[in-house]
Amino acid sequence: MRGSPTTWRCQTRDECSYPANGRAGDLIRYNTMDMTRCLAVVPAYNEAATVGRVVRSIRETLPFFDVLVVDDGSTDATATEATRAGALVVTHPFNLGIGGAVQSGFEYALENDYDYLVQVDADGQHEPRHVPDLMRAMQDDPDVDMVCGSRFLSQDFEYPAPVSRRTGIHIFAFLLSRIVGQRISDPTSGFRLYNRRAIAVFARDYPHDYPEVEAVLVLHHHRLRMREIPVRMYLREGGLSSITSGKSAYYMIKVMLAIFVGLFRARPLPEPGGEAPVAAEHGI
Amino acid sequence: MEARIQLLAIVASGILLLIVLELVRRRRLLERYALLWLLSGVVLLVLSTFRGLLEDAARVIGVEYPPSALFFIAFAFVLLLLLHFSVAVSRLADQSKVLAQRLALLEKRVRDVEALEEPAEEAEEAERPRAAAAR
Repeated sequence: MRGSPTTWRCQTRDECSYPANGRAGDLIRYNTMDMTRCLAVVPAYNEAATVGRVVRSIRETLPFFDVLVVDDGSTDATATEATRAGALVVTHPFNLGIGGAVQSGFEYALENDYDYLVQVDADGQHEPRHVPDLMRAMQDDPDVDMVCGSRFLSQDFEYPAPVSRRTGIHIFAFLLSRIVGQRISDPTSGFRLYNRRAIAVFARDYPHDYPEVEAVLVLHHHRLRMREIPVRMYLREGGLSSITSGKSAYYMIKVMLAIFVGLFRARPLPEPGGEAPVAAEHGI
Repeated sequence: MEARIQLLAIVASGILLLIVLELVRRRRLLERYALLWLLSGVVLLVLSTFRGLLEDAARVIGVEYPPSALFFIAFAFVLLLLLHFSVAVSRLADQSKVLAQRLALLEKRVRDVEALEEPAEEAEEAERPRAAAAR
């Protein structure tokens, strides 16, 4: 049973399907925010030093967004700081990794009927003032289901990452662009805006350990579309990156394995009732 | 090394590799746990394919008969995998303990909330049959 897109909702995870007629983005424009439900998800693991500031800046810049901090089993005061800053807080009983934390955000959004979800890192890398740009990019093109903030699209600013890391990102960017058939400049960026379709897909199927690269493939396999827009990112202000130098080799191998095995996976068929925006052509 | 045992070793490690890849493809095996299997499969395949390499490895380990060196290396991988899974099982056991504790605390909180609400409901329930009897 399906209602209109605004009342559409999943009963159980298995019954999930896309809205039957139209898309959330068609009906609701950016300036009529009162109808739209928007959620900012901040996955945080031991980020007590910065999470409060990030939550406050999201709430100041984007007053129409609810802020959900997913505390991924932190051992410091992350949850307390987030609550004090006025965020909704979900606390995992133990550390599930960034993939599990972000997926909790998708499940929360699905359960509570949100139209848009934006993912913002807790370390201050992402600027909430770019979110309206992401929003505009999504609503300009109703076929787009995920808008991704890319560090490498703007020429005026050099992202100060070590060369080894940039090389890794560019290898993934090259492979993914070939597979997806569209230029993807920054596949590891976690600064992303999703609509209802993408939320429904990722609530069911989101990669585990280092999710961003594989998420692009999942999206492609479900025939959803993505787009990138240039954003500025900043160096993290505190805490530790989940990708330490010792782990980066493991990261490369694991994601490569996922990419190449993923090529041989059966493509999921488009859900009944949903349009298939992209033919699943792929090749390398 | 006799050709028959070499062929057997190549086929066996090839099948191992294919099974692991197929399990990953069907999502029955997470990439995280497949990596060590893949590493052992690849090493065994390489050593059984290239005879010279295996003979060098046997000399380094100090084994006279190269196929025994292959078994030694395979055994080392099996030990490594077992240790890897013991670590994984320990983590899972600890996590399920934490989950059970969280669930127990949550159940108590739900019971406490229900107990707070119940007296009011019980009073309503008691009213209803009396009203029906009066009618």
